[in-house]
Amino acid sequence: MEHALSLFVRSIFADNMIFAFFLGMCSYLAVSKDVKTAAGLGVAVVFVQTITLPVNYLLQVYVLDPLNLGYLSFILFIAVIAAIVQLVEMVVEKFSPSLYNALGIFLPLIAVNCAIMGGSLFMQQRVLLDPENVKAIANIGDAFAFAIGSGLGWMLAIVALAGIREKMEYNDVPKPLQGIGITFITVGLMALAFMCFSGLNI
Amino acid sequence: MALSKKTKEAFLGPLNVNNPILVQILGICSALAVTVQLKPALVMGISVTIIVALSNVVVSLIRNSIPARIRIIIQLVVVAALVTIVSEVLKAFAYDVAMQLSVYLGLIITNCILMGRLEAFAMSNNVVDSLLDGLGNGFGYAWILVVVAFVRELFGAGTLLGYQIIPQSWYVANGGFYENCGMMLMPAMALILVGCIIWAHRAINDKEAK
Repeated sequence: MEHALSLFVRSIFADNMIFAFFLGMCSYLAVSKDVKTAAGLGVAVVFVQTITLPVNYLLQVYVLDPLNLGYLSFILFIAVIAAIVQLVEMVVEKFSPSLYNALGIFLPLIAVNCAIMGGSLFMQQRVLLDPENVKAIANIGDAFAFAIGSGLGWMLAIVALAGIREKMEYNDVPKPLQGIGITFITVGLMALAFMCFSGLNI
Repeated sequence: MALSKKTKEAFLGPLNVNNPILVQILGICSALAVTVQLKPALVMGISVTIIVALSNVVVSLIRNSIPARIRIIIQLVVVAALVTIVSEVLKAFAYDVAMQLSVYLGLIITNCILMGRLEAFAMSNNVVDSLLDGLGNGFGYAWILVVVAFVRELFGAGTLLGYQIIPQSWYVANGGFYENCGMMLMPAMALILVGCIIWAHRAINDKEAK
């Protein structure tokens, strides 16, 4: 339990998907123009990550490892993610039209979001670690903790950037730097700020 | 060789005016993460070029028999199969580089350049054009990686491809005046460097447009 908790906190701050690993950058930069849309995409990422990562964990531990099929993991993981995204889209559309209206346009985007695939690939690496290691994922509870943590970390990052970009609208930025250029530099400075978290031993 | 204008554009466009990283803002994740050193950046650039070119060809070959509703999954499977082949080859012949690239090798699957090119180009163009478009985008991606990695490795570690470039006698430890800039090795500097490259690229291209 303690381990899962520290894994959870680490994956939000110190091992933040955006600032430490640059995962999910494309949609991160494209959809961070206003806070509301950014929060919508963030929720969708948390949602899909929480479902796909534990499923891939079970596949890795109970199917791929015993049968020695590690080299199939890329195809299997991406198929699971694409299938689950499609499934989630259909279920949400059927049972909660209001949630579908909020998340709908983002769900297809998420199938090719590197943060989701990256989460599963990190999980695959961390399963092999020594259980004493703070980064190890030793059971399904850890997998859930890592999934929710990394999803929330991603959401935190995109909402923060969207807030900054909304304020930056009024700033006088050199013309060629406007738009995407200054966004890159802003994210760089935010990443520097987030690096202080990796100095903490949680 | 007489190439049509469109064919030429398919190859040359992505190198500068329509660069996947600088202009289309695709494939950023891996571009930033593998550029601490020049060698993994080169390997990554070559791998992505091969995979974009081949997957463009394959999807372009079968484009008329793909049902529209499940095209994304088919494209993903084609890409995942190619990435698996490349990663197995790298593990067999360049194990240390494959380990350095770690998850980012697998993440080529979700590299937006691939899906972007497959959707936007290969699904509606013939095989030769698709091959050239794939190569162009791959090289356009690779040269940015190489530039960023060159700066980061040279200033961050004083080496290039693992060879010492800055003379040892320059370092403060040996009585000189120079110290490596540790900032360059941090993830944040990759973002700031790419931001500066975009800045320069836009400034130059805007001037030409006028």
